[in-house]
Amino acid sequence: MKNFNIYLIGVGGQGIGLLSEILLRAVDKAGYPVKGVDTHGLAQRGGIVASQIRMGEKVHSPLIPEGEADLLVALERHEALRGMNMALKDGGTLVYYNAVWQPLDVRLGLSDEIREEVIQQECRKRKITEIKVFHHNLSDARMQNIALLRAIHQNRLIPELTAAHYKTSMEDLMEGEMLKKNLDFFQSKIDSAA
Amino acid sequence: MKKMGDMLLQESPFSEIVMGNTALVRAMVEAGTRVVTSYPGSPTPEIAAAIRSIPSSRRPFYFEFSTNEKVATEVAFGAAMNGHLSTVFFKSVGLNVASDSLVQLNLMPITGGMVIVLGDDPGANSSQNEQDNRHFAHMSYTPVFEPASPDEVYSFYLEAARVSREKQMPIIVRLTTHVCHAKEQVWFSEWKPIVYDATPRFNAAEGPFIPITSMVFPKKRRALENLSAIEKYSDSSFLNRRVDHQNNRYGIITAGLPFLSLLDVLEKASKQPDILKLAVVHPLSRKLVKEFLETHKQVLILEELDNILEKEIKQIAFEEKIKARIFGKMDAEDWIGEYTPDKVFHIMKKIWPKLLPKRPEKKHPMQEAPPRPAQMCPGCGHRAAFHAIRKAISEQDIKVADIGCHTLGYLPPYRMGDILLCMGASTGIGSGMSLFNDTRKVIAFLGDSTFFHAGLPGIINAMFNKHNLTLIIMENGTTAMTGHQSHAASGENFNEPVDAIPIQKVLEGLGIQQIHETDTYQMARLTELVKQAMDEPGLSVVIAKHPCMLKQMRGKRGQTGFQIMPVKIQQDDCTRSYECVEKFGCPSFIKNRNGSVTINPDLCIGDGSCIRVCPSTAIHIQKRDQK
Repeated sequence: MKNFNIYLIGVGGQGIGLLSEILLRAVDKAGYPVKGVDTHGLAQRGGIVASQIRMGEKVHSPLIPEGEADLLVALERHEALRGMNMALKDGGTLVYYNAVWQPLDVRLGLSDEIREEVIQQECRKRKITEIKVFHHNLSDARMQNIALLRAIHQNRLIPELTAAHYKTSMEDLMEGEMLKKNLDFFQSKIDSAA
Repeated sequence: MKKMGDMLLQESPFSEIVMGNTALVRAMVEAGTRVVTSYPGSPTPEIAAAIRSIPSSRRPFYFEFSTNEKVATEVAFGAAMNGHLSTVFFKSVGLNVASDSLVQLNLMPITGGMVIVLGDDPGANSSQNEQDNRHFAHMSYTPVFEPASPDEVYSFYLEAARVSREKQMPIIVRLTTHVCHAKEQVWFSEWKPIVYDATPRFNAAEGPFIPITSMVFPKKRRALENLSAIEKYSDSSFLNRRVDHQNNRYGIITAGLPFLSLLDVLEKASKQPDILKLAVVHPLSRKLVKEFLETHKQVLILEELDNILEKEIKQIAFEEKIKARIFGKMDAEDWIGEYTPDKVFHIMKKIWPKLLPKRPEKKHPMQEAPPRPAQMCPGCGHRAAFHAIRKAISEQDIKVADIGCHTLGYLPPYRMGDILLCMGASTGIGSGMSLFNDTRKVIAFLGDSTFFHAGLPGIINAMFNKHNLTLIIMENGTTAMTGHQSHAASGENFNEPVDAIPIQKVLEGLGIQQIHETDTYQMARLTELVKQAMDEPGLSVVIAKHPCMLKQMRGKRGQTGFQIMPVKIQQDDCTRSYECVEKFGCPSFIKNRNGSVTINPDLCIGDGSCIRVCPSTAIHIQKRDQK
C-alpha cells in the first residue's frame, strides 16, 4: 500500500490524545505498519495539540512532512484552518468538528473569528473534501472526539479499517460506563449534519 | 481494557504499540533496575506515568520524584553505590541543575550500575532553550547511547544497563522529545522476576571515594580508561548500524531521530547514499568512522543541534590523512531546531542538490489562523492573581518571571513577566535589579514546586544580603505544568501521603517578617496585600494561593452525579465593557460578532472567579435547576 498520513489537531483539553490512540491502534489491528507521535507544547490546556499517524511500509519518521497529510482531523474550526495550511495536501480530506474555542487574539478583538465559509472556500480552491461534524445534543462535550471517529468510520476515510478495528481499539483503551457510552455513540445512526 | 501496568509486568514475550517513554519502563523492569528517581519535566513525565500504572505493591523497583534533578541524581547514585542498578531521568535543562553531581559520577566505581536518561528538546517544544547535553557527556567522560525510536529506547536501555553494571560506570541514554513521544509496535522479551539481594554493599575499604587533591588523578585516569573501553565496545557493538548501498561516492553519518528523517527523505532520492547510523555517540568509534570515511568521496554529517560529531570526525579525518570531503553545518539554520524530514530535506538539498527531486513551492494560504498561545485554564488561580496584582503595580515596575504555569502571565492581557532565565532564578534576578534602584519597584514570581527545587537559595540570599523586592509565591499545591506531580508542600509523595512542608513556616524560619497570604480568588485582598508588601522595605513575600483547578476538576469529573454548571451572562445587564473577556481573559468567554459576550459551556467550569470582575455585575452562577 501507499503511505497514508493522518494529521490530527485541536486545542489542549479536547481529547485528541484518546482519538489519536484509537486510530493508531485500529490501523495496527488492521495489520498495517504504523507509527505515531503526539506533539504538544508546554501547556496542559489551551494551546495547540497535534498528533501524527503514519501508516505504510515506507514510513520511517513519525513526523509527517509539511503538506503531505492525506487526512486532516481537526477538533476545532480555527485549528482546521491551521492544519490545512500546515499539513494537509491539496486534494486531501478534512474532517472537522465545528466547535469554536476562540484563540486569544479573537477574544482580545485583534483577529476575526474564522468563519465556516473560509474553510469551505479554501477547501474548494484546493480540491479538499470537506466533512463538517456537529451534534446539537451531545450529552458530553468530551465526546466530540468520538463524533469525529464516527465520521471517519462512516465516510470510510481510512479505507482499510472496518468498524471492528475501531471497536476493539476502543476496548483496549476504555472500560465500564465510559466505554459503553462511547461505543453506543460510535455505532449510533443519528444524523451528524451541521 | 488493556492495563498498562499488567503489560509492563507481563512475564512472557509480547508486542505492543507503545510510546518511547513506556518502552523505557519495560526495559527498566527487564533489566532489573532497583531504584529510579526523577524531577518532572517534559518530554519525560510519561515515564513516571507508566511507572505509576504498576501498582506499588507489584512494582519491582523503588521510584521517587525528588526535590530537584541534582537530588534525584544523588539518590540514584547512592543506591547504586550500595549495589542496586539505578536510573535517574529528567529533561534537558534538568542536567544543568544535576551537573554538579553528574560530573563526579565517572570518578567513582559505581557498583550497581547507573543509567542517566535525558530528555533533550530540539525545537524547544517545552523548554527555555534547546541545549545539546552531549556537551555535558564530554565534560564528565560519560558515554552516550542515542536511540531513534521506541524500539531502540527499549533495546538501548537494556544494553546501557548491562554495560553500566559490567563496567561499573554511568551511561547516558539520550532521548529527544519525539523519541520519547513516538509510538510504534515494540517486541518485548520475557521477564523473569527474581528476588533481589537487598544487602547494602557499599564498602568504604574499596575506596577512597573522596576525590580531593591528588586523589582526583587516579580517579580521572579510571574515567578515561572507562571511556576507552567503551570506544572499543562501540567498534563492534550491535547498536551501531550501517546501511549499505555500495555507494562509494556519497556517505552520511548520523544518529538518533534525524536518521529516521533521513530515511524518509531518501525514499525520493535518485541515488541511495550509504549511511553510518551511530548509536554510541560518545565516545566515537574511530574504527567505524575511519572505515566509513575511507570508503566514500563525500561524507555528510547529519547532526541535530550542535556540531559535536562533526568536530570529532573532522579530527579523525585529519589525523588519519583521509581525503574524503566532509560536509558539516553550513549556516546558523543548521544549528537551530529539530531535524524533521522537512529540515533534513533542505539540508541535503543545500549540499547535494541533484540527489533529491524539486519540491513544489509552498503556496501562501488565503487566510492564516490566528495564533493560539497556551493559556491558563478556566478557573486557574493564577489568572485571578494576575488580575489582582496588576491593580497593585505601576507600569514601570519590573516583573521577574519564573518557570511554571504562571510563566504564561507574560502574555497579554496580563503582561506579568518581563524577564525569565530558568527554574528558581526570579528572586536572584530581582535582587540584582533592585540595586541602585529607588524608582522602579521589583516583584518576582515563583511557583511552589520551584520554591523547593531551586528557589530557596535566592530567597535566603535576598534575606542575607538585604535585597529590596517583593516575592510572590504562586502556590497551587502541585507541579501543574508537567502533569500534576506532587511536591514537598503537596501532602503526598509519589508513593504515599506525607506531612506537607508548609511554605509559610519555611519562610518564617528564615526570619522573613513580612509574609502575607491569601487565596487568589480574594482579588481585592490580594491587590491590597501586594500594595502593602511593595511598600515594605527589604524582602517581602506574598503567598498567592489557590489549588490547581484543572487537577481539582479532573478529580471531580470522575465522581458520579457531578455536573458542571457554567456561569451565565445576563445580557440585559451587560454593558459591554469587555472587562471579562479582554482584561480577565478567561478562555471561556466568547466575543461574538454582534458585540455580545457569551460563555463557552465546553470550557467554563463554573468556578465563578470572574463574577467580581464584571463592573455591571452581569455574570452569575447558575443553579442546577436554572439550566
